[in-house]
Amino acid sequence: MSAASVQYIASGLTVGSIYALVALGFSIVFNASRVINFAQGEFVMIGGMSAVSLLALGAPMPLALAGAVVVATVVGLVVEKLAIERARRADVVTLIIITIGASILLRGVAQVVWDKSVHRLPPLAGDTPVTLFGATILPQSLWVLAATVVIMAALTYFFRRTRLGKAMLATSHNRLAAQLVGIDVDRVLFASFGLAAGLGAIAGVLIAPIAFTAYDAGVMLGLKGFAAAILGGLGSFPGAIAGGLTLGLLESIGAGYVSSAYKDAIAFVIILGVLFVRPDGLLGALRSERV
Amino acid sequence: MDSLVHSAANASSRATLAGALTARTRLVAALALVIASLPLVIANDYFYDVAITVALNAIVCIGLNLLIGYAGQISLGHAGFFALGGYGTALVATRYGWPTLAAFVAAVAAVALLAFIVGRPILRLKGHYLAMATLGLGIIVSIVISTEDRITGGPDGMQVPALAIGGLVVQGERAWYWIAGGALVAATWVASNLIDSPTGRALRALHTSEIAAEVAGIDSARHKLFVFVVSAAFAAVAGGFAALHAGFITPAKASFFHSIELVTMVVFGGMASTGGAIVGAAVLTVLPQVLTVFHDYEMIVFGGLLMATMIFLPRGVVPTLYGMLASRTRS
Repeated sequence: MSAASVQYIASGLTVGSIYALVALGFSIVFNASRVINFAQGEFVMIGGMSAVSLLALGAPMPLALAGAVVVATVVGLVVEKLAIERARRADVVTLIIITIGASILLRGVAQVVWDKSVHRLPPLAGDTPVTLFGATILPQSLWVLAATVVIMAALTYFFRRTRLGKAMLATSHNRLAAQLVGIDVDRVLFASFGLAAGLGAIAGVLIAPIAFTAYDAGVMLGLKGFAAAILGGLGSFPGAIAGGLTLGLLESIGAGYVSSAYKDAIAFVIILGVLFVRPDGLLGALRSERV
Repeated sequence: MDSLVHSAANASSRATLAGALTARTRLVAALALVIASLPLVIANDYFYDVAITVALNAIVCIGLNLLIGYAGQISLGHAGFFALGGYGTALVATRYGWPTLAAFVAAVAAVALLAFIVGRPILRLKGHYLAMATLGLGIIVSIVISTEDRITGGPDGMQVPALAIGGLVVQGERAWYWIAGGALVAATWVASNLIDSPTGRALRALHTSEIAAEVAGIDSARHKLFVFVVSAAFAAVAGGFAALHAGFITPAKASFFHSIELVTMVVFGGMASTGGAIVGAAVLTVLPQVLTVFHDYEMIVFGGLLMATMIFLPRGVVPTLYGMLASRTRS
């Protein structure tokens, strides 16, 4: 394998991990509520921007990162409590518009709380690149990959072993049945928003040293995370991870070998191609509609 | 716009007596009256400019409402069709030297053809997958326009020649006001007739259940494709007029945010209501103009208002108000 392709694969996996984390957020909220939360990208932005601010206030790095994730999680919980919960009985398109409203609102607040300029978070382990199979890789990339693996393991434990995780899975399979066995589905929805926002913020603090952050940094990341979730089949956790990594790899390889100007378009061309052939996503189950 | 809401509500409350035909005619008549009398209160060119933007956005929303409100198919990429209408008009006119009116017609036809080609595979998708595909389509259009700067001028945008009908060059806000207003009345008339036609009934049937509609003999794929092409053509008409009116077009017209604005106007005004689409377009076009006073807080107010309306009036402004009026007249 040439050094260039190792380079593309490394950067593809890095950005793919970020897409995977965002896609997981989409799937978690979707499973709890059947809603696409268009504000998911904003949590990525809030994570990155909060970390920058906390560092500027003098907080040590680990505390700043943890604090940023807490801030985004709290914002996610507030959005659920004030907006989504009140509109529970509205139809899906209305709920989607509410989340779009929330994303515009959050972006507006970010513009006022912070500013319109681009910020950079210092990387966790310096800027000196590591050479691997002839490719130069930023230490931050390795941090992104390592952190993503740890989060996947933690999420697997959460959904398989804890009461809340199991309750979330049960609700996603059958809301009514979950309610009948005594699961508080409203609490599940509340927790899902918090978890999705937290995951988004983790993605945000991980990517901010590489891709920078600004009040509108969440828009494209959110849309690509949504594309990754769709690619893997909406609501499927392994699908979200596979979709995110696939999208990141194809985007990086496409930008390297085909056209870097069309880097951002690649994800959407792929998703259209896949949907035309498989209308339920790559790993999506074939379902039949009930009348 | 109050009178419009009012008369639409009145018209519909007596619909059982006078029949649907009257309700339809009344909406178009009320709209024509509002457009004809608005110049009496419009003070300057700035207000004309805003009114023209309202009318053009309303045309897009009427088409989009046919797709979202009646057929139940979401599109998060209609800004792409809007921008293609504008860029198409500009490119055909400048690069091939066509008269602007012919260039405009050609651009609208090309957008309709594009919608016809991509519509069939896209409309096989349902729900969130359809949202993703239309969103992707819009973003691809937007990226192509920004990237192909030798043809489109890239992020800086491009000049658009003035509209000429015959030998007459359309100039000034007043002339454009009548063109945009006339187009809006025509769009309302076409949409109202479509809704009351067998196609409209087929769309409502497949909105409720596609399988049930097909069992009843409705070719849902054909009807969905038809309304998709109509809505794309409406967007292209508005986009072409907007570009000709401004004399300039930028890729922002194709942005995802613009697509979202358009859907928001439809849902805000009220789905499955042509009057609602117009009111939604009017309110959400004028609002940012008013909000420039707040400048830094524009996005906060816009986003907050959007959420509040959807939480407290989930059916949209016009159907909710109409429901309140109807129950009052009944009691």
